[in-house]
Amino acid sequence: MTTLEAVSRTAAGPRIGESAPRPDGVPKVTGSFAFSSDLHNDRMLWGGTLRSPHAAARIRGIDVGPALALAGVHAVLTHEDVPGSPTYGLIHRDQPVLASDVVRYEGEPVVVVAADHPDMVRRALAVIEVDWEPTEPLVDPELAADATPIHPDGNVIRRVHLRHGDQTVADRQDLVSVEGTYEVGMQDQAFLGPESGLAVPDGDGGVDLYVATQWLHEDRDQVAACLGLPDDKVRLTLAGVGGAFGAREDLSLHVHLCLLALRTGRPVKMSYGREESFHGHVHRHPARMHYRHLATTEGDLVRVEARLLLDGGAYASSSSAVISNATCFAVGPYRVPSVEVEGVVVRTDNPPCGAMRGFGAVQTCFAHEAQMDRLAVALGMDPVDLRLRNALEPGDRLPTGQVITGTLPVAEVLRACAGHPSAAVGPDDPMARPGGAGRTADIDDVVRGEAVAVGFKNLMFSEGFDDSSSARCVLHRGVATITCACAEVGQGFVTLVHQIVGEVLGVDEVVLAPVATTSIGSAGSTSASRQTWMSGGAVQMACESVRRELLARVAAANDVSVHDLVLVDGRIFSLPGGGSGDDYLSIDLSLDEVTAEPVEADVVHRHAPTLPLDADGQGDAHVSFSVSAHRAIVDVDPDLGLVKVVELTTAQDVGRVLHPLQVLGQLEGGAAQGLGLAVMEEVQVTDGRIRNASFTDYLIPTALDMPPVEIAALIEQPEPGAPFGAKGIGEPPAISSTAAVAGALRDATGLDLPRVPVRPDDICLASGSALDEAD
Amino acid sequence: MVTVTIATSIDDACAALDSDPGALVMAGGTDLMVEVNRGTRLVGNVVAVDRVPELRGWSLEGDRSDVLRLGAGTTCADLAEPSLAKLVPALAQAARTVGSPQIRNAATLGGNLATASPAGDTLPVLAALDAEVELRSSAGTRRLPLDEFVVGVKVNALVPGELITAIRVPVLNGPQEFLKVGTRNAMVIAVTSLALVVDRPGRTVRVALGSVAPVPVRAIEAEVLAAERCDFDGMSVPPDEVVERFAILTADAARPIDDHRGSAAYRRHAVSVLARRAIRRAFSGVPSVAA
Ligand SMILES: Cc1cc2nc3c(=O)[nH]c(=O)nc-3n(C[C@H](O)[C@H](O)[C@H](O)COP(=O)(O)OP(=O)(O)OC[C@H]3O[C@@H](n4cnc5c(N)ncnc54)[C@H](O)[C@@H]3O)c2cc1C
Repeated sequence: MTTLEAVSRTAAGPRIGESAPRPDGVPKVTGSFAFSSDLHNDRMLWGGTLRSPHAAARIRGIDVGPALALAGVHAVLTHEDVPGSPTYGLIHRDQPVLASDVVRYEGEPVVVVAADHPDMVRRALAVIEVDWEPTEPLVDPELAADATPIHPDGNVIRRVHLRHGDQTVADRQDLVSVEGTYEVGMQDQAFLGPESGLAVPDGDGGVDLYVATQWLHEDRDQVAACLGLPDDKVRLTLAGVGGAFGAREDLSLHVHLCLLALRTGRPVKMSYGREESFHGHVHRHPARMHYRHLATTEGDLVRVEARLLLDGGAYASSSSAVISNATCFAVGPYRVPSVEVEGVVVRTDNPPCGAMRGFGAVQTCFAHEAQMDRLAVALGMDPVDLRLRNALEPGDRLPTGQVITGTLPVAEVLRACAGHPSAAVGPDDPMARPGGAGRTADIDDVVRGEAVAVGFKNLMFSEGFDDSSSARCVLHRGVATITCACAEVGQGFVTLVHQIVGEVLGVDEVVLAPVATTSIGSAGSTSASRQTWMSGGAVQMACESVRRELLARVAAANDVSVHDLVLVDGRIFSLPGGGSGDDYLSIDLSLDEVTAEPVEADVVHRHAPTLPLDADGQGDAHVSFSVSAHRAIVDVDPDLGLVKVVELTTAQDVGRVLHPLQVLGQLEGGAAQGLGLAVMEEVQVTDGRIRNASFTDYLIPTALDMPPVEIAALIEQPEPGAPFGAKGIGEPPAISSTAAVAGALRDATGLDLPRVPVRPDDICLASGSALDEAD
Repeated sequence: MVTVTIATSIDDACAALDSDPGALVMAGGTDLMVEVNRGTRLVGNVVAVDRVPELRGWSLEGDRSDVLRLGAGTTCADLAEPSLAKLVPALAQAARTVGSPQIRNAATLGGNLATASPAGDTLPVLAALDAEVELRSSAGTRRLPLDEFVVGVKVNALVPGELITAIRVPVLNGPQEFLKVGTRNAMVIAVTSLALVVDRPGRTVRVALGSVAPVPVRAIEAEVLAAERCDFDGMSVPPDEVVERFAILTADAARPIDDHRGSAAYRRHAVSVLARRAIRRAFSGVPSVAA
């Protein structure tokens, strides 16, 4: 028996690859977890926001007098009370903290109030008099570019014109061509925990803000700028996050709370209701997309042309990055020698749009996969074979000219997914038919369809962004304390930290320090499928650094070489024949003993640098990519246009499985969100007004809508440069699922269905449908 | 100061309402609390009636025990129980479509009726059954037919101080169907719904529609056609042309609007599909005799 075998795996603690229990799991399920809406301070006031009832209007005057006169009202603040930058924003600071002369979307904040009780807040908001002059809202994104600018920064937020390869092939006559126009509606992240926070003034001009967010340090920078305070006067601590999905990347109530707290000298809490939440955060960009695919008769893609128009709504948020993603990944994970994509994101008076799971790739995946299915029909080819024939591989070039240097198992996920046996049964159970509990369909009313789709996107931030995460590991008396500002939004970083520490140091007693801007530098955003790689990598680096120092310490104390020492499961041993020449295991120390004096490491983890896109949209702009495929089997009641997704099967490129259960959770949750976009989830906006700002009418899938997710394969090809070889896995499930469900609906109905979510009318009242009837 | 009276008898509740006619009656609270939280209903004094046993049960009345008296506090979960479901299958089917299990445990028939929403799922069934509403106040008891109780979008005939105590429906001999269209497979507000009941001895078919007019509507012309052309003895499926005509006449009774839940065109179309399916199911040759 070797030394290592003798001493290995005695520990019980979680390791990489195991489904370790979530520290926050039981509290969340049993209701004891404190979400941001549970924040409380005995002296606190309640805050509230007066929002614009108009999609576009001039403000002639604001009279806050009647509100201020009410007993129990402590502050009523307008744009005049914003001491620092009047505007904020993730990439462009173009959004007013409080509107001054104009409002550009329904729900734009105008006045904030602090009072003793939420009812007093409501009363105060009701008596504030705003002299509105409503103006014609700009709501059609097609008209935005040429319309009178509705903002000093203009109506085109960004235009990316990507040209790749020989452009003259566009005129070749010997190619098969398919063309189509596609649309995606506005999806909401629909997190369960509405925006909430608590700001506590420190009595010395500074403020502490407890808030649910995805990125503390970026929030801190923006809040401090608006408050006109130095960064160290504004301290953010993460409060319990009830879901995010991109909707917490932008500021919402942050500055408002701090303004009220600093003005009143009292802690102030704000908690949005559901309706306010729909107005209080950004949504997924609605898209209109026109595509033309050209292929040889054998099925080789020769050229793809696409025009993408995203509606950014009133303010920029992360629109410029979303359009870049949409453009870069517009053709899907296929080898295409000649590409032209024009991506434009415009400003309108519609609700602002920004980050949401999939970030631009969801919209284009829906379109490119519809095109691939059409092309397969035009070529008389099997749609999966067509995809396999053109599947990207490592070593291939993206339309941006970037060569794929890491792993990208496109063909593997496609084959696994398409070849997986289906467990779907027939629609015998009435509840399991389209219409579900409504008892609408008899068995003969149901037709079945099936389709496969594949999609991919980048992991982490792109285009030269200096992306980093900081972590600290302190090992003291055998207990590891990890400090990292990574926002836990449900993804399971809190679990992963235990696994990483266990894996690298063999330490099972792990303390996660409070997540705050004061404790450490930025961890970057919990978005872009980046935290496992970036902050997980930072924690790994910090632990490895501690490990090296520990071994050096023991080596020096015992006068042996570090090469003769091993750290296994929380103990340090000497190897046989090493150093002292004594018997093996002459050194056997617990970390407890060795770390009576703490060992500490502070690290900043960066991924390989990226470059901006040039004028032709070319450049090594991305770090890494991940691909997933879905197969959807659907039942449709064509006469009523109702749908039941019977089965979703997926295969995903994960690099390496770090936590099987959390992988499953991401794959199921992402697929549910993608299914939602395919068949029901849409923020309905008419004349700039949201018509369904509630969970009564913004429908998300229930257990009767969401089928079991079959995992055909998790492709584990370790990604170079990634901690443990693991790729981010959060976004891909939301990308190809929508496209697969839409494809299956087309297969079942024979209709084009160029828009998601597919509404019942789109199926049963489709013009040219054989099902039209005179009624 | 808001006071909450937890009534334990109908008299209790009536007395509390008598002394404070503006008080809100609260049963399961699944409509009321939504309105309160949304700010569309101001919180005043409350008379809670969910702990009144008399409001909860059901009984059979009449010489031939063919009238079912349902306490206003009967929950949607109660309605779906087999013992009740076999007496009024369509009501059970409708109750089963309401919300989620949690909602159905709290939501009451009286609350659904008093809310008088065009999308209230029990309403078309009650309309098809010609239900009668029993109302009580300290002034006494009165009874109203359903169409005189539900008089507009979320408007009912309750006067201040009055309580719904019961709903009476006939126990019919014949199949019943309730079908509801929503854009989600459960827990969804009806885009349109249809209730169809057959009275074999009376040789009638009664059909009512939800979510296509301010109040539940009966498709009278369709009912006349069905009475004339359906086979109440053999219960065989009517000929295609009768089914088609029935569907068209039913859809003609709808007065739908466009809203964010569905277009008027879709609703009208859906009604015709539901009518076709409901009558075919009811006359599928398998007589399902109630009680
Ligand atoms: C998530 C959710 C899903 C839902 N889904 C559906 C659905 O699918 N279909 C549907 O039809 N409804 C649905 N509803 C609405 C609601 O559940 C039903 O209308 C329910 O039947 C209301 O009953 P309740 O006992 O909760 O009424 P309450 O909320 O207690 O009361 C509602 C109204 O009725 C009055 N009231 C109650 N009882 C009496 C009485 N005995 N006498 C006089 N007035 C009375 C109250 O004063 C109030 O005005 C849903 C609600 C929620 C929150």
